[in-house]
Amino acid sequence: MSVETVAPAEADASARPMDLLRFATAGSVDDGKSTLIGRLLYDTKSLFTDQLAAVEAVSAARGDEYTNLALLTDGLRAEREQGITIDVAYRYFATPRRKFIIADTPGHIQYTRNMVTGASTADLALILVDARKGLVEQSRRHAFLCSLLRVPHLVLCVNKMDLVDWSQEVFEQIADEFTAFAAKLDVPDLTVVPISALQGDNIVTRSENMPWYEGPSLLHHLERVHIASDRNLVDVRFPVQYVIRPQSTTVTDYRGYAGQVASGVLKAGDEVMVLPSGFTSRIAAVETADGPVEEAFPPMSVTVRLTDEIDISRGDLICRPNNAPTVAQDIEAMICWMDETRPLQVGGKYAIKHTTRSARAIVRGLHYRLDINSLHRDETAGELKLNEIGRVRLRTTVPLLADEYRRNRTTGGFVIIDEATNRTVGAGMIVEAG
Amino acid sequence: MTAPAAYQVSHLDALEAESIFVMREVVAEMERPVLLFSGGKDSIVMLRLAQKAFAPANIPFPVMHVDTGHNFPEVLEYRDQRVAELGLQLIVASVPEALSKGLVRESADGMRNRIQTPVLLDAVEKHRFDALFGGARRDEEKARAKERVFSFRDEFGQWDPKNQRPELWALYNGRHHPGESIRVFPLSNWTELDVWHYIARERIPLPSIYYAHQREVIERDGMLYAVNEFFRARAGEQPFKAQVRYRTVGDASCTAAVRSDADTVEKVIEEVAATRITERGATRGDDRVSEAAMEDRKREGYF
Repeated sequence: MSVETVAPAEADASARPMDLLRFATAGSVDDGKSTLIGRLLYDTKSLFTDQLAAVEAVSAARGDEYTNLALLTDGLRAEREQGITIDVAYRYFATPRRKFIIADTPGHIQYTRNMVTGASTADLALILVDARKGLVEQSRRHAFLCSLLRVPHLVLCVNKMDLVDWSQEVFEQIADEFTAFAAKLDVPDLTVVPISALQGDNIVTRSENMPWYEGPSLLHHLERVHIASDRNLVDVRFPVQYVIRPQSTTVTDYRGYAGQVASGVLKAGDEVMVLPSGFTSRIAAVETADGPVEEAFPPMSVTVRLTDEIDISRGDLICRPNNAPTVAQDIEAMICWMDETRPLQVGGKYAIKHTTRSARAIVRGLHYRLDINSLHRDETAGELKLNEIGRVRLRTTVPLLADEYRRNRTTGGFVIIDEATNRTVGAGMIVEAG
Repeated sequence: MTAPAAYQVSHLDALEAESIFVMREVVAEMERPVLLFSGGKDSIVMLRLAQKAFAPANIPFPVMHVDTGHNFPEVLEYRDQRVAELGLQLIVASVPEALSKGLVRESADGMRNRIQTPVLLDAVEKHRFDALFGGARRDEEKARAKERVFSFRDEFGQWDPKNQRPELWALYNGRHHPGESIRVFPLSNWTELDVWHYIARERIPLPSIYYAHQREVIERDGMLYAVNEFFRARAGEQPFKAQVRYRTVGDASCTAAVRSDADTVEKVIEEVAATRITERGATRGDDRVSEAAMEDRKREGYF
């Protein structure tokens, strides 16, 4: 690898606070995803010499012709033995500007489940294609899943530009084709970067081999992509996680509602409504262990105190009287099924977890199964198997306090749990409630 | 109002908020949580987060130390002091006690890393804990990089890496049958450097061995081990004085020190930011056994 590096994270974080960007990577092994991640870690000095030495030793022992950077992320014994990546792996690196969390999702087996998992918390998704092959079915599937999970920013990396002679024409053809496809998907922000992960072109610094490319290097983009506006600061949603009531002689009559702000801004004096009861009150204080704060906004974990004594418990939600989620037991949702043993079936009963609220649900109907390659809707489908996606109608035992997923990823998403095995078997994105 | 810089939080605040959320989820949903407290920096940070998550109430669960008997005295002293300050209940799962009862047998090399697992599992069963907070981080080691924040353990305390529950958004699935349990890792997304920045920001005191000091050591397999009652020099190994500090704190018979002049938290941060060796790679004899050493121990129920 080249020795071109950027400075490691500054020792003094207080000099300029970094923010946090979570991104998911998608692509198959052949697209050079592991090489790209290895390159990002290496060039930001986040790869340690003992990790590299271990990978080199294993590579040599296996008779690999080059240091196989995939071994960095293939952490499980079975993965190294079989040469495949099984699970989402999380990687960390930082530059002076930002801290990055990579959810590295494998391309081949059970990829939908893993990709959906990785994308669920991502601010940005990075899709790789091989410049020689252009867009493949998988690239379109990745793009579709990113749009389904409402990942706000998408980056297409056209990799292995060195193998197509750094051709602007090849790059532009792929970029145009992908842009046209993404337009159908409602992708809010798309950037396309020509790179060579192996040689480091357009990773940290602009490539001299592609003077025709006028955009930023990949890292430059990752460091500067504007994510602050992605958060919903309009709709106040505060799912109550836990009620703090000290059993103490020094602190008496304290009752605080602990939770993480899902969206909106809360401050003392605001008139609020509590769901599902519908009672209204005012915020007396927004507190943390370090003292009261003037305002709370995502992703802060705080404790809210109200001026009135009303009965509030875990699973309730604090919002504004004139801007509330729907209180509903009938839910229309897109479901990604994640269980290999049993399919989702109409009539099936499951546990569901939505914000801090738990309920049971019955599948009332399956409208269609979506072919994620053609986006064709199969309305004759009777079930959803592992990695299949479809639109269902659910009836829940207790009302959910629900927003559309496209408006709010926290109050719009839920997981389905098999009550017999306790396994998480599905991910749901609310399309419509009520 | 423009107040908190256009509604942005620093990465440390974001990590703190996530960890607090995780801890509150556990207390809200699980019956009998416990926090694994070794006196190491990660468990110390976890304890601070627990204080913050439930303030002004007290931390609503006990802490447990799996005591191999091979302790650094500075760490034990710190543990007891911290527990007393916070008014916590401390449970000690003692390896020496388990040895004398015959529950476990000393391994041939004298290392107690492997035998602490049955001692831990025994205590979990005895106290019927259903959630165990651990300070493990995903940046530490590559098997850990794939572990969930809520990590399911079967009735034998085993982790099955190929059969993990998908974990989406911030929806953690802690459901389990009696006898099964969940290991919870609130620091999953923290790095070693984040932990140190947080220690500095929060002014959290640490056991003195984390800062540079003079110590009598020997060099073995390229690592510096303190000579003490648990770790004897072999023939040909010449003890010498060196300026060292510990990057991790574990069993005193298999945790090595690193050469360092970093005697303040600021200097440690500088050192950690510049270092090119992982903390476990630099200091833990127990991870060197094989490529999959950590995964194998975790499968058996190690934390």
